[in-house]
Amino acid sequence: MRMYLNDMIKVGMADLKTCKSPEVLTTLGLGSCVGVALYDPVTKISGLLHCMLPDSTQFRNNSNVAKFADSGLEELVKEMISNGANKNRLVAKIAGGAQMFAMNTSNDTLRVGERNVAAVKQKLSELNIRLLSEDCGLNYGRTVEFYSETGDYIIKSVGKPEKTI
Amino acid sequence: MSKISLENLNDVQYDVLKEIGNIGAGNATTALSKMLNIRMDMSVPNVALIPFNDISSLIGSEDQIVVGILLGIEGDIDGMMMFIFDVKSARHLVNTIMMQDKDTGIDLGENFTEMEMSALNEIGNIVSGSYLTAISSLTSLKMVSTVPSMTIDMVGALLSVPASEFGKYGDKLLLIQSQFGEMNFVTGYFLLIPELDSYDKILTSLGV
Repeated sequence: MRMYLNDMIKVGMADLKTCKSPEVLTTLGLGSCVGVALYDPVTKISGLLHCMLPDSTQFRNNSNVAKFADSGLEELVKEMISNGANKNRLVAKIAGGAQMFAMNTSNDTLRVGERNVAAVKQKLSELNIRLLSEDCGLNYGRTVEFYSETGDYIIKSVGKPEKTI
Repeated sequence: MSKISLENLNDVQYDVLKEIGNIGAGNATTALSKMLNIRMDMSVPNVALIPFNDISSLIGSEDQIVVGILLGIEGDIDGMMMFIFDVKSARHLVNTIMMQDKDTGIDLGENFTEMEMSALNEIGNIVSGSYLTAISSLTSLKMVSTVPSMTIDMVGALLSVPASEFGKYGDKLLLIQSQFGEMNFVTGYFLLIPELDSYDKILTSLGV
């Protein structure tokens, strides 16, 4: 079943949302940010996090938990459990973490994509959530859609065929 | 710590930042106009504090395809500068500068040749160079830009780069944005994105 954009639940930058089947979560234009989809295959409770920085403990201004990979994942898991998901059944699919601009500089910001992906993976393993599949890195943006009914994570990029992971 | 609070900019600070955007973009537009030998106009700049969620709506939808040129700024001021055109404008600019037939009727879309990419990159270089030079002489602060890097992709993906830099300080992005154009042909945006500490320096250098 395909859905049109208006029917989807949109997750913004530094944001997270949860949904129930058959709803669809989407986030547009992931660059260096990472889109983490969590899914309970039995209840089909799903969640999507669009995080932009790896580590909340490095900054004092961390009131928006969804901005960071570590605190964002914790919050997403919490919300999904309160909506009826079982933590032990949760699985993850991730996309994003690209390096949008090729620059040979020591500037850490430009490598933030790579660091975001690493931070997400580390947090997932800390939380004992299995990573099913990923489409990360490289140098292009991604628009993602997560179908809670099937668990499909669809990735669209400019000038590239659509991918389902 | 910095004097400026992004959440509470006063009117004077807004006006000064707006004027900086105005002067920088004015010079950049003139440079582009001279290079292409066409008349160009620009809009009054917009200084805005935008929550991350709305950041792309500034330009269009997050998945709109644009050409983005990013430069790092170093020296007394640290930060980034980004220069965004829609694909149609980029195509028009490239055709003008390379004296190619503009009316082939073929929609070449976002497929630029290597030579055309290089020309676009150079446009970005010249334009941002004049933008920075203007601000630099206004404030007497040293600003050096790094080699520009160009990407054609979705707006949201491009803007995530400056956004993640700003994410360290808060949940909003302060942008100095100017729009310029030649009739309906070229529409572009200059985004000047200094680091938080650099705002202080800019404002102090102008006696605010």
